[in-house]
Amino acid sequence: MRPFVYEQPADISAAVAIASRFTTNDDQPTRANAQFIAGGTNLADYMKLGVAEPNRLLDLNRLKESGLRQIRVTDDGIRFGALVRMGEAADHAEVKRRYPVIADSLRLAASGQIRNMASLAGNILQRTRCEYFRETSWQCNKRVPGSGCAAMEGFNRQHAVLGGSDACIATYHGDFAQALIALDAVVHAEGSRGARSIPFAKLHRQPGDTPHIETDLAADEIITAIAVPAVPWARRSLYLKIRDRESYAFALASAAVALDLDGETVREARIALGGVATVPWRAGAAEQSLQGKKLDETSAEAAADAAFAQAQPRQHNAFKIELGKRTLVRALLETRDMKA
Amino acid sequence: MDAAAPRPKENMGEPLPRVDARLKVTGQAHYPADLPIANIAYGALATSSIAKGKVTKLRLDDARAVPGLLDIVTYGDMDKVDKPKFGNSGATSIGPLHDRTIFHDGQIVALAVAETFEAAEEAARLIRAEYEEEKPTATFDSPGTATIPAAGKSPLFKEDVKAGDFDAAYADAAVKIDQRYSTPTQHHNPIELFSTTAFWEGDQLTVHEPSQNVTGWKVELARQLKIDPAKVRIVSPFIGGAFGSKGPMTPRTAIVAVAAKRLGRPVRCVTSRMQAFGTQTYRAETRHRIRIGAGRDGHITAFAHEGWEVTSRPDPYVVGGTSATGRMYDYGSVLTHVSLVQADRNTPGYMRSPPETPYVYALENAMDEMAVALGMDPVEFRRINEPKTEPIGKKPFSSRSLIRCYDEAAEAFGWAKRDPKIGAMRDGEWLVGMGCATAIYPTAVAPCAARVRLTVDGDVRLQCGSHEIGTGVRTVAGQMASERLGVSIDRISVEMGDSSLPPAPVSGGSISTASVCSAVLMACDAIRTKLYAAATAEGGPLAGSHNEELELAGGKIVAKSGASAKVEDVLKAMQVGAIEEYAEFAPKGATPDALKKLYAGTPEFHGGDQDEDSVKYAFGAEFVEVRINRHTREIRVPRIVGAFAAGRIMNTRTARSQLMGGMIWGIGQALQEATEIDRRYARYVNRDLQDYLVPVNADIKDLQVILVPEVDPAVNPAGVKGLGELGNVGTAAAVASAVYHATGKRIRDLPIRIEQLLV
Repeated sequence: MRPFVYEQPADISAAVAIASRFTTNDDQPTRANAQFIAGGTNLADYMKLGVAEPNRLLDLNRLKESGLRQIRVTDDGIRFGALVRMGEAADHAEVKRRYPVIADSLRLAASGQIRNMASLAGNILQRTRCEYFRETSWQCNKRVPGSGCAAMEGFNRQHAVLGGSDACIATYHGDFAQALIALDAVVHAEGSRGARSIPFAKLHRQPGDTPHIETDLAADEIITAIAVPAVPWARRSLYLKIRDRESYAFALASAAVALDLDGETVREARIALGGVATVPWRAGAAEQSLQGKKLDETSAEAAADAAFAQAQPRQHNAFKIELGKRTLVRALLETRDMKA
Repeated sequence: MDAAAPRPKENMGEPLPRVDARLKVTGQAHYPADLPIANIAYGALATSSIAKGKVTKLRLDDARAVPGLLDIVTYGDMDKVDKPKFGNSGATSIGPLHDRTIFHDGQIVALAVAETFEAAEEAARLIRAEYEEEKPTATFDSPGTATIPAAGKSPLFKEDVKAGDFDAAYADAAVKIDQRYSTPTQHHNPIELFSTTAFWEGDQLTVHEPSQNVTGWKVELARQLKIDPAKVRIVSPFIGGAFGSKGPMTPRTAIVAVAAKRLGRPVRCVTSRMQAFGTQTYRAETRHRIRIGAGRDGHITAFAHEGWEVTSRPDPYVVGGTSATGRMYDYGSVLTHVSLVQADRNTPGYMRSPPETPYVYALENAMDEMAVALGMDPVEFRRINEPKTEPIGKKPFSSRSLIRCYDEAAEAFGWAKRDPKIGAMRDGEWLVGMGCATAIYPTAVAPCAARVRLTVDGDVRLQCGSHEIGTGVRTVAGQMASERLGVSIDRISVEMGDSSLPPAPVSGGSISTASVCSAVLMACDAIRTKLYAAATAEGGPLAGSHNEELELAGGKIVAKSGASAKVEDVLKAMQVGAIEEYAEFAPKGATPDALKKLYAGTPEFHGGDQDEDSVKYAFGAEFVEVRINRHTREIRVPRIVGAFAAGRIMNTRTARSQLMGGMIWGIGQALQEATEIDRRYARYVNRDLQDYLVPVNADIKDLQVILVPEVDPAVNPAGVKGLGELGNVGTAAAVASAVYHATGKRIRDLPIRIEQLLV
């Protein structure tokens, strides 16, 4: 591990000021000399592996703004401070009552120890676990732009079938983000150019030709809060995660589903898919296909077909298309049958 | 009742807690890499990123510039020591720094030594190798493999066993199957990382390293370093999981010893989790073809088992499980053949029940297929084919309680409630399946020495160079001494894991409890003999009593008549402060050189299929219930029951723990565990616990271990059959059978993953 400078800024403006002094506008947050750290469950790993190489770490855990650590429930929705830990949000009574899909997505992620360390903002910014990205001896366009992608023709069982490009098919592994994108969440950020709000769906970038550019954030920008609008019918929502073992594994396929039902007819559906895409993935076509329809196994299957119509399989991950569809069908039917 | 401490049945010892449990759970047990050592320097390995070729240049400038760097050991620096040897004590014959040839991915190219761990790691990372790269051969079906017969390539695998005329019997069989099975590469991944800590005091070398074979390593390391074995000490008092991976010494040990010598300081090198995949051994991938023929009555008349196993180019490691599968049932005729397939890989090695896990998986999956083909209950099918003698040499089994295991496990599992129709059992959205399989493991024993001292204060000190790899051998050795000397366990100290202690064989092949307890028994009985002689001598307190009328209990020699004498008083009368006995146990049938070979670190194994009088195996039966979601097809295992008979059970707590751990591992082998290989580069891809999956707590629900009483005085003086490697044999086949029962899909390639059930 390379030596690095470690600082604990006192407040958001101090953190931004230090970050902007040691980064430029062109720097990607994941490649900048100065990087923010909160729970450290992802970044510290990647520093040990030589994948992330910041020479200055700005620890956000001492920031004095109390809102960063609070979950606030209002008539407008719910607002998560960026430093709230995953475990805390997963156990929050109002989160569980109003947005089961959020609580489930957090509860089914990682392990108890990691959930107690990892911050919510850090969680949504977690980087891919692609085996070829994680180890520096492989070619990887995300880690070293232009170096090639060893996963494309390699062991790509974990890799994405949606949102990939010729340069990168690394999966976005997060769970919480699927709930957030389904519920039209908004991310609040502060940087040297001021404060702004970013619709969650605009936060992550598909790899395209530039897989090293992962988000819309500047290197000196800090996420301060995640706001989820009030969606009263989101009580009928869940997160279904399918994986190789019962716990502590990334999704092979997952579905975040919220349903507004009139009897068995769908007024509105929200659907996001995890484990199968390069970024948090809202399945708009699937949502539309259900609108106004009676939700049963047939309509759920049609929605699943719509969700994966553009899927691009590789040698070892073709099963994810079938699995992803079945996961969505099961999630839709289970959500329909919830007592909400 | 405490489930962790089953009540002993006939021929079973008390479930005493482990003697080192408190040390372990309070963090006071010093594992080799934990031991504080003054003035230590840290080493980190640099390893190759190609699998085949030559290192043309090693750029060290960046590494040398790291502050705190002390030394780099690389090509040329090992020339004065000998290359490693492949064999019982050596993992591979590849001397990575003797030769610029790269034989496999992740081969050591240098050791960076620095003042801190972080500096050493950073320097190792900055060492840049340039290669002349060749196209490597990854595994089966890759271009460039070479296939050779396995028989005779290993002292443990002398021949392809056979009996009768298979071809004729198979041709005539009314019902037959011919199927292929496979198992993947697996790495042990013990939680304790691999490490070497070495320091020199003058010409005396001490190495702290987790080891299952301190005596063998002492001799082999001395050979490599060209010094007297008496000048080498290997210390390994606690081991955080081994499973075979810490049995053979790897080339790293000598490299670290040389680094410590060059520097004149202790050097500690902890291998990273990722590096361990290439620098340690692993379970080779295997393929199998099995043919079974039977009459309509279910009697098997023909059995053929062919195996193919991947190994490295230089070393012919043989898995070779046909000796056990060829003796499992009353086959009539048997044909076996094992082939090695050489590829550009590191050398595989022993991993918990090395031959039986893959070979019995294939056999038992085939047995279930055959039961289906016959329209027969799989338990009944095995009952019909229960042999009176083993089919190869027609020898009797020293004991065989397989059917009793099936009966007890089936009863506890509720097998009678199983509807045999495929897919007939459901629970809501979940398909339910039930399956079973046989577990078998050869009962071997090896020579072993032990020293036992009984003091006038009533304390016992037991010394034996065996290894506590988590099995509880330290506890059961203490129990044996406690029983024979009538001293409570808390007065007994047990020292193990040090090559300066009396030598014990490698802790592999499930021989430790049998071998160590037999030696301890011998030493204790020698102490008893001396005590009894003194007590019963003329003028002694028990004069006139015969030895067979005496027992030691509660610090006293007690005669049948009721008369007794305190051990303390007898020792005082003998005018000694202690009696100390050094015992050298050699099993029945041992060669005249058996003890010499023990000291030389190459102990001979007896038992299993090797003895003249009988074959010796432990058996078990495992029953598994799986649930598979109707939509998404993930497989969960809510219940598993195993019943096992293994001669005398020294301690029901540690025995249950071993078997439970094995069954859990078996579930992982069935559903999760596999090292993935990028076939283009012959490189391992999932080299950490994020992607190399093993079961977590949530995967294991209701698990029941049944210990079936069995008495077998023929196996060894202690009457003990090893069971450390019994529990994970057969489990994967039971899961595969249950998956078939639930879905009608016969999965023959492990691990059974969701994608195989979606199609």
